[in-house]
Amino acid sequence: MESLNSLLNGFAVALTWQHIFLAFVGCFLGTIIGALPGLGPSNGVAILIPLAFTLGLEPTAAMILLTSVYYGAMYGGRISSILLNIPGDEPALMTTLDGYPMAQQGRAGEALSLSGVASFVGAFFATWGLVFLAPQLVKVALLFGPAEYFALFALAFATLGGITSKNQAKAAFAAALGIVIAMVGVDGQTGVPRFTFGEVHLYDGIDFLVAIVGLFALSEVFLFLEHRGDGTGEGKSAKVSIGRITPSWALLKSCTPTMLRSSFIGFIAGVLPGAGASLGSFISYSLEKKMVDKDGTFGTGDPRGVAAPEAGNNAAAGGALVPMLALGVPGSGTTAVLLAMLLALNITPGPLLFISNPDVVWGLIAALFLGNFMLLAMNIPMVGMFVRVLLIPPRILMPIVAMISFVGIYGISGSTFDLMVMIVFGLLGWVLRKLDVPLVPVILGILLGNNMEDNLRRAMTISDGDWSALLSSPLAIGLWIVSITGFVLPILLGGIIRRRMRRDDIGAVKD
Amino acid sequence: MSDRIFGGVGLLFASLFIWAAFHIELSFISDPVGPRTFPIIIAIVMAISSVFIIFKPDVEPEWPRLGRMMEILAAAGVMVAYALALPIAGFLIATAVAAAFLTWRLGTTPLWSIVSGTLTSIGIYTVFHLILGLSLARGPFGF
Repeated sequence: MESLNSLLNGFAVALTWQHIFLAFVGCFLGTIIGALPGLGPSNGVAILIPLAFTLGLEPTAAMILLTSVYYGAMYGGRISSILLNIPGDEPALMTTLDGYPMAQQGRAGEALSLSGVASFVGAFFATWGLVFLAPQLVKVALLFGPAEYFALFALAFATLGGITSKNQAKAAFAAALGIVIAMVGVDGQTGVPRFTFGEVHLYDGIDFLVAIVGLFALSEVFLFLEHRGDGTGEGKSAKVSIGRITPSWALLKSCTPTMLRSSFIGFIAGVLPGAGASLGSFISYSLEKKMVDKDGTFGTGDPRGVAAPEAGNNAAAGGALVPMLALGVPGSGTTAVLLAMLLALNITPGPLLFISNPDVVWGLIAALFLGNFMLLAMNIPMVGMFVRVLLIPPRILMPIVAMISFVGIYGISGSTFDLMVMIVFGLLGWVLRKLDVPLVPVILGILLGNNMEDNLRRAMTISDGDWSALLSSPLAIGLWIVSITGFVLPILLGGIIRRRMRRDDIGAVKD
Repeated sequence: MSDRIFGGVGLLFASLFIWAAFHIELSFISDPVGPRTFPIIIAIVMAISSVFIIFKPDVEPEWPRLGRMMEILAAAGVMVAYALALPIAGFLIATAVAAAFLTWRLGTTPLWSIVSGTLTSIGIYTVFHLILGLSLARGPFGF
């Protein structure tokens, strides 16, 4: 009940003209960013954060804009999956399996609208889940002391490499690299400069927005330069006819159980730290295939095979906001980027956020509901317009992405030095991506590194330097056990799951 | 081989980091842990993962050929030049040139690259400066 009251207050915050407008702009841009192959929700949010910042939006408004972009991009990812057989972002990969065959059979319109509805169902239930689960998690989090927080950060790092990354050693390396970058600057506790090499610009540390935009957006530009002319996205345009746009009631009805089941599974996958939307869509699809695919129609254009991953990945996107808002530990790459935004606005996510800034949290959650309805409205009748966006070739688009990244960072600091740092991060991001080192742990390390150290040192100060204090409470021990399992389990299970994912993927290409 | 080199570089970096951490000055105010310990712990994690990467490398990634590699470096060079030129030449001119270069290198014909670069620059200027009121770098002509 308490949650519902807070949610009503949230609607009072969200339903101002400025916020409605921002949600609309965010949903619209997000859908476009999601639809373009290569640009996913994390890139989209990364490019727009500095802009939201330089435009001087107040925290609630900025978060509404960016989470709308996030939800929008999760919706948009399916468009190129269905029409071009190229997933707009990683979570939309599973949607290609049945979406593209449907499009080839001339049912593209149906696939698009059905997946739009499935996205809506997934996101809608996940947002309700957020309303009820996040405050519960906050209650648990209030029991946290510095030692427990330190363990929680370890948990976030341990699981973030997660099942979708191929090599746990690389995920660990990436996290350590991020923390190392966070160490640059003046030490908060003693005021001693660290790793600054006497460079005054580095005393404030490396701004994580600069690092994020470089790692995500600029490295994408370099990847496109590398693959120029290889046919990635270029020259392929949406030639398939869209067909009828509104899905029939019979079709919706037959897919309803699928959508509900997948929403639930996706939400759980999203809440688990590190698993994220890709896993949400993968598990939903495979489970649905096991449950209902009696005559082997999955993979040949079965509408349920479109509904399942779309409901799953959008539900996971909502689920990933739960640990991000309640604990300050992001559940996915994009929520890590959103976390950066909150920190940049001087708002520390975590249990206190619900107490000290209820208007931000509940306004944000209300805006998610609002955005979700807008996205449904946009994605059924206006889908034809988004399809046309796919005709913009990357050779025009990528320079625009690069230039907007520069505008955003220059707008924040007006410093040429920051732009240089961003370019260095762009190159670093390119090398890391080539070497299959995941970028999200790097970002998380930059974001949480200082916080993690502060909590360790605070715990040690309380215990007067006794390291066993880190394992003094059952909660802390529990968190350490979960983190170790979370780190080791993917080594055992990851191979199996990835092999399956790849097999499904290859199967789709052959079709 | 790439992963082995990467692991080697990681190991080297971790050792340098530990060395640098030992050289952090200690201030008179200090907590039991101090500013050195945590960086050293992290560097050890980094070193251990580097060793794992050296002993269990992934499949070799496909590196671009030398020409493409130069292409990427050239693009980075143009971006650096762009960053340096921004406060001098102003947003409109610098952006038009940099965007035209990137568009050209991504496979557009030179003439259309200039058109596209100019339009990109004017478009961003219109949306972000004229409509949204963001202050962009001013050049000698005031834009």
